[in-house]
Amino acid sequence: MNLTESIRTAFKGLIANKMRSALTMLGIVIGIAAVISLTSIGTGVQASITSQFESMGTNILTIRAGASSSSSGVRGAFGSASTLTLEDSEAIATSENAPAVLRVAPQMSTYSQIVSAESNISAQVIGTTPEYQLIYDLAVASGDFITEREIDARSRSCVLGSTIAATLFPDSEPVGQRVKLGTLQVTVVGVLEEQGGITSVDDSVIIPLTTMQARMTLGRTTSGTHNVQSIVVQAINADEMDAASEQVTAILREQHDILDPTGDSDDFSIINMADMLESLDEVMGILTVFLGLIAGISLIVGGIGIMNIMLVSVTERIREIGIRKAVGAKRRDILLQFLTESAILSLIGGFIGLLAGWLGSLLISNISISGQQIPAAISPDIVVISMAISVAIGLFFGVYPANKASRLNPIEALRHE
Amino acid sequence: MEEVLLPPGAAARLWDKPRERELKNGKLIMIEMINITKTYHIGTIDVPALRGINCHIETGAIAAIVGPSGSGKSTLMNIIGCLDQPSSGQYHLDNIDIAGLSDDDLARIRNQKIGFVFQSYNLLHHADALTNVALPLLYGGVPDRNRQALQALEMVGLADRAHHKPTELSGGQQQRVAIARALVNNPSIILADEPTGSLDTHTSEEIMRIFTNLNKEKGITVIFITHEPDIARYAQKIIHIRDGMVDSDGEVII
Repeated sequence: MNLTESIRTAFKGLIANKMRSALTMLGIVIGIAAVISLTSIGTGVQASITSQFESMGTNILTIRAGASSSSSGVRGAFGSASTLTLEDSEAIATSENAPAVLRVAPQMSTYSQIVSAESNISAQVIGTTPEYQLIYDLAVASGDFITEREIDARSRSCVLGSTIAATLFPDSEPVGQRVKLGTLQVTVVGVLEEQGGITSVDDSVIIPLTTMQARMTLGRTTSGTHNVQSIVVQAINADEMDAASEQVTAILREQHDILDPTGDSDDFSIINMADMLESLDEVMGILTVFLGLIAGISLIVGGIGIMNIMLVSVTERIREIGIRKAVGAKRRDILLQFLTESAILSLIGGFIGLLAGWLGSLLISNISISGQQIPAAISPDIVVISMAISVAIGLFFGVYPANKASRLNPIEALRHE
Repeated sequence: MEEVLLPPGAAARLWDKPRERELKNGKLIMIEMINITKTYHIGTIDVPALRGINCHIETGAIAAIVGPSGSGKSTLMNIIGCLDQPSSGQYHLDNIDIAGLSDDDLARIRNQKIGFVFQSYNLLHHADALTNVALPLLYGGVPDRNRQALQALEMVGLADRAHHKPTELSGGQQQRVAIARALVNNPSIILADEPTGSLDTHTSEEIMRIFTNLNKEKGITVIFITHEPDIARYAQKIIHIRDGMVDSDGEVII
């Protein structure tokens, strides 16, 4: 008897017991559906976070005051000392030793209560320069971004993120209206288009850096220079990130009179978006595999269900096995019949599970949790792998029952009631 | 009677002589058993079921094996049908030495040489008559199975019931399907274990007529077990079994 005959015989056997076949499949259906939906959500979230990071710019370096804690464990964390100044930012921007640097924007931020005539909200206020718009590619929905002239004049103007604008001015055009940032009254000169992403400016208010230094925070160091919290540096392209990082480091060491070339004495740290993206990607990948493994446990349970039912099926069909053996079925024929049955059960279960998992992940990705949707993406790898795994499970858990069936003595099998 | 009285060794030598398995009257031998014993081991106790069977059945004969229950006739039937191996002794079926064959070889012989008919029909419930009849052909790797299976069903007069399931057929019809299954692969012998045991007299006669016709038209050797004297009279030879031995083995004078 060849494989085609075995498959046909197996199908007939399964159809003869429709209800039981369906219930047996259910274990595999649930297992595969769980694997598919969990991993697809995992890969979907991973892809979405990656794209959000990429939209924030993979060619952007952020310089923060304070040493990176990676060089020695006891150092202070980011921002423990405010050593970055406006002068540092200008030095990087104007230096001839930084060919890999395209743009530089110094940045300060604070949290403040923001009050309009209609509403109020607590939000982040960012003080920066016009380069900030170019580096992050921020489009303006109405009005203008802050200008060089407003920087020079320390003018009381602000640009609202889209969410802030919608909250503060639900019914009117924000541009030209006044808002209060704490005690500071400013005029809205522009509203940004919605950006999306995880660390988006949608929830922020942008004002001129000089205005913030002069009117909102302690703007000067003890030596009289102008403090900034961080400096955003855009490299000319993603390939020049390392060069830009080295050039910026050299300039800042010179500015800060640091002679130690090892980096241990640096009082600033440079965060590379690309590096962060890479490590985040890695973590998300591990998380996805982990989710898949947890779902995989239900697959094993499904496999044991198949073994269980196949054993019941063998016991129930002892007489049938006896008849088949009496008319000339060899051990191999019986073995193949039961193995094929469990493999087909498992394969069909896997296929239904695949569809169910796909539907499930579609459903989940349509549910938004606090305005955030969980994206789902089914990778072709996982489809192929889960199909292969379901057949393997059917074969593995079918071996014992099939072997038991094939070893039955035909006389005893025929006598069985 | 003669064989039983001989010492086992002598009987073996006696039957060793006609290697071509031909009787003096020129008839060929289909079944030849020399000193067949079968002992079952139940726990630590040995239960002898057959204690030295010596008999032969000619090619083209109709033979009945009769005996009280517990006499060992079912065990003998299983050995004749190559479902079981004897504990000792020699068994030749159609000139093939059965002793020492592997399970797969026995399966092949069952598939090609033997057609089984059981008291309880033993059909697959979920399959229709045609599929049931085609089952031996499936394991024999025969192409064009349905055509041959339909021919076999025609021979037992059930071609119009080819797509009925066993549950939709009467007992007699089910047994005819079983006979069609037994003859579909053109076997050397048809082995029937109480084929009429579950049937009424009229249907029993019908079934036995089918066996007789198959024997006449196709020359198939038919061996059946029965304890009904009415049925045994269809045989040309009756082998009486008692306590695991052949009690009498005689031609029936019709």
